[in-house]
Amino acid sequence: MLSRRNPQLNAHGELIHLLSVEGLPRAVVEHILDTAATFLSVNEREVKKLPLLRGKSVFNLFFENSTRTRTTFEIAANRLGADVINLDIARSSTAKGESLLDTVANLSAMHADLFVVRHADSGAPYLIAQHCAPQVHVVNAGDGRHAHPTQGLLDAYTIRHYKGDFTRLRVAIVGDILHSRVARSDIHALTTLGVPEIRAVGPRTLVPGDLAAMGVRVCHDLAEGLRGADVVIMLRLQNERMGGALLPSAGEFYKHWGLTEARLALAAPDCIVMHPGPINRGVEIDSAVADGAHSVILPQVGFGIAVRMAVMSIIAGNEA
Amino acid sequence: MTAPSLDAEALYAELLAGVRRLLPSGGVLVGVWSGGAWLAERLHADLGLPGACGVISSSLHRDDYARRGLAAGKAPTRLPFAVDGAHIVLVDDVLHTGRTVRAVINELYDFGRPASVALAVLVDRGGRELPIEPGCAAARIALPPNQALSLAREPSGGFSLAVEPRR
Repeated sequence: MLSRRNPQLNAHGELIHLLSVEGLPRAVVEHILDTAATFLSVNEREVKKLPLLRGKSVFNLFFENSTRTRTTFEIAANRLGADVINLDIARSSTAKGESLLDTVANLSAMHADLFVVRHADSGAPYLIAQHCAPQVHVVNAGDGRHAHPTQGLLDAYTIRHYKGDFTRLRVAIVGDILHSRVARSDIHALTTLGVPEIRAVGPRTLVPGDLAAMGVRVCHDLAEGLRGADVVIMLRLQNERMGGALLPSAGEFYKHWGLTEARLALAAPDCIVMHPGPINRGVEIDSAVADGAHSVILPQVGFGIAVRMAVMSIIAGNEA
Repeated sequence: MTAPSLDAEALYAELLAGVRRLLPSGGVLVGVWSGGAWLAERLHADLGLPGACGVISSSLHRDDYARRGLAAGKAPTRLPFAVDGAHIVLVDDVLHTGRTVRAVINELYDFGRPASVALAVLVDRGGRELPIEPGCAAARIALPPNQALSLAREPSGGFSLAVEPRR
């Protein structure tokens, strides 16, 4: 009999993998955010180490370049007491033609307990979760254009930290939404948490047409998209993912879509400006805004460590 | 076995007297979340101690994490004093196996090195699995392992104890 259960949850509804925020019950998402709040206080202590993952091996499988996300996962795992192994994919057996599942099977034979996976193909972490041993857990660190669930969760945490109640907020996600797995995960997280108005703001070539079905309002005018927004999430132009000529130039993008102080003034007076990073100064965002009073871009990084600690400690404590 | 009837308020009065004897001069109270924290809060006020009492959670150092996972929604540890060199009296409602106290002491050590740690509990129900003993206990009773004892705090601030089947 085919199971209709979300593959991320065990039979008790507990989280055993984190592949996507999509389909997670609100209680599970809120549990992650509540747990992250506890870990945030741990990161202020003298001794920033807990025994929760002591003796466990966390393998970072990054098939796509990343320093920032990989480093924060490594810090998070270290703070939980785990041993972290970073797999250098470019120099690994993948380059020699080994299949993804063979790589995973070999690493499991080395008693890996948790895989953190970033891959250019959407669905790769799901494939791994389907085929790994029952006591092994998978965290998706970004797959293709599909999902980046820990980013979606840390963005939700950031918003909760500064704004409290989700149910009264207007959130604008601005920029290259088409190629952004962050935007998709943000939308899933924020709709699950009850945000009443999410706006997808960007040029027609960079905003998918079917977002209305996800409960999102599409704006192709930046002023309209920013007006009265409580939260502005800026996205980076994903040059490495863009195939065809979707934009004339980065300069053209900045002229019509760059977040300047003047444009930010259209948003709510106490709005916060977020960005998953890395930022392209002078392309999607002005330095004055990135470094200004509304920006919470740097605190997001600290929240990211706490959220990743929360995700790993929750899933590692639950059995398949 | 019939459940013993316990007058929580009467036991609190005993506990207050015991903590007054146990607490060194300049010592601080730290209540184990949640029942211990309620007790510590009232003790702190009744003893006229300065500042605020501490609250400590056992969740991050529990030894049953692999079996039970991480508990949801517990209050984080809050210690409004320097742990280094402090004389601490831990306060908890029920002492049973001693594992919670072990976890809480580990949690304390994440903040510094205390000068001393003592333990005051409302009820010691025996069944110890670790070598941990209270400096004072208002009551010593025996309960079968399938029963749990829990402290409740009324809106008025009054305490009551109830015996429940263990989950």
